[in-house]
Amino acid sequence: MLKGRAFKFGDNTSTDHITPGRLAHLRSNLPELAKHVLEDADPTFASRVKKGDFVVAGSNFGLGSSREHAPLVIKMAGVSAVLAKSVARIFFRNAINLGLPVLICDTDGINDGDTLEVDLAGGTVNDVTNGQQLTFGKLPEVMLKILGEGGLLPYIQKHGDFKL
Amino acid sequence: MGKTLAEKILTQKSAGDACAGDIIISRVDLAFVQDTTGPLTVRQFQAGKFKRLANPKKTALFFDHAAPSPNRQLSNDHQLLRQFAQDTGCLKYDVGSGVCHQVVAEALAKPGDVVIGADSHTVTAGALGSFATGMGSSDVAIVFALGKTWLRVPESIKINIRGKLRPGVSAKDLVLQLIGAIGADGATYKALEFGDSGLANLTMSDRFTVANMAVEAGAKVGLFPSDSITEAYLKAQGRGKDFQPLSADKDASYEKEINIDLGRLEPMVAKPHQVDNVATAKELKGTRIQQVFIGTCTNGRLEDLAVAANIVKGKKRHPDTRLVVAPASPKVLLGAIAAGYIKALVEAGAVILPPGCGACLGLHQGVLADGESCLSTANRNFKGRMGNPEAFIYLGSPATAAASAIAGEITDPREVR
Ligand code: SF4
Repeated sequence: MLKGRAFKFGDNTSTDHITPGRLAHLRSNLPELAKHVLEDADPTFASRVKKGDFVVAGSNFGLGSSREHAPLVIKMAGVSAVLAKSVARIFFRNAINLGLPVLICDTDGINDGDTLEVDLAGGTVNDVTNGQQLTFGKLPEVMLKILGEGGLLPYIQKHGDFKL
Repeated sequence: MGKTLAEKILTQKSAGDACAGDIIISRVDLAFVQDTTGPLTVRQFQAGKFKRLANPKKTALFFDHAAPSPNRQLSNDHQLLRQFAQDTGCLKYDVGSGVCHQVVAEALAKPGDVVIGADSHTVTAGALGSFATGMGSSDVAIVFALGKTWLRVPESIKINIRGKLRPGVSAKDLVLQLIGAIGADGATYKALEFGDSGLANLTMSDRFTVANMAVEAGAKVGLFPSDSITEAYLKAQGRGKDFQPLSADKDASYEKEINIDLGRLEPMVAKPHQVDNVATAKELKGTRIQQVFIGTCTNGRLEDLAVAANIVKGKKRHPDTRLVVAPASPKVLLGAIAAGYIKALVEAGAVILPPGCGACLGLHQGVLADGESCLSTANRNFKGRMGNPEAFIYLGSPATAAASAIAGEITDPREVR
């Protein structure tokens, strides 16, 4: 069971909001880059987020660039899962490859600051603050397998190949 | 039942019969990274304890986003990539070689290929009939090592193109109009497949512009059939032998179909801070612009510079509007010099950047000031994209950009004489 606070973001939060191109020089210095996570969507996020918290977004989260640094700095900031109505394709793959769960559910009822309990195996989100229960869609089998090994690299190291 | 272009290509590259919705393992014909995604790819490759590339001659590193490097951190990233190229024997396109997608189009991708790049605009090569899509650094590191990847065969949305563009209207206006209509997530996980009689009126340059922006609607790939226009382009690049005709089966099944009449399109502009936030250029007349940027993998080709040069020739940019131009490749730059386009642009007050991404992603070369607005021929206008979250980016065609540089405000190119 994961437990933490919700940090709410709107629709179409792009990879440029998460980790903009002007910080490209920090991509080989990830701890420094992570200090700026989601800076252009909420400049106070990096200083407020704590280990275990959730990024809760509207639709099409992570659209834009293929930069894997976007889910990487979200994970490094301590976020335990991203909840969104929908996510962009490359971001989705990148997050799973890094072992960061992405849960597709109707996030409208979750308010900024709510305390959430997420049961990854059971597929449920409990908003402790307002008592609302949500279910999230099951990941495709292949992504579940990759996520189950902690990401793409550990998956390939263990199996030596794609074993779908 | 017949196959879509996406299903056809992926059937050829995988073990079985690829149908929309299937998860397949696909062979990869070309894998590449650029200088801001490459270092993480190299580190993941090394963390995986891989020693050898599956296909060194089908693996490429591009130095285009920071070219030449503006600071020591990015210089060190470049050094890491150069060392990797030396250790593995892969292809290396160092500083000055141009934007990855333009070079992939000119020199590497071919019809029927599966192309995987650590850059979202890898979809550009879909114009050549390549199943080309962007992925992150870890995925590409695994492609480097194994020469294959997993893919979900996408459902396809058919875009039926008919008619002919009117003067002053371009492929950029077509794709902005399309994204405005279906939205920035209108094609998420899907393939866009372009077809019908109007394709005969779209040049390869036009097709690259359209395929390039497929990802701005969330698409996995934007595919064009490979036809006589494709063949002529490949021949002109000295790659006639790379041609094979390729098209979807007549009875292929599509998730939906969208019809576009080229003859009814208007010059379009995407307003800040969303690519699908479109209006006609005419509606935005009077919007002051402090910078115009012409270039990128979307519109930095010779045909684009020709359009811009013809509009600014003999005129001067507006005194309050900077004009920044980045040819997408050395081939484009040399062509533009030979044709006199560079002379016309410089005489109009343009600054010419080296072949590469230039001002597109806000890393260097043309960062905007607080409150400034830019009309750019790029593909993205997200907040902060050009280096300053307090600035505003409008996207338009090279013709709209050039006309706006002269007027100092957003201008329908059909209004300048
Ligand atoms: S020109 Fe812009 S969009 Fe194209 S690859 Fe470079 S940074 Fe990306």
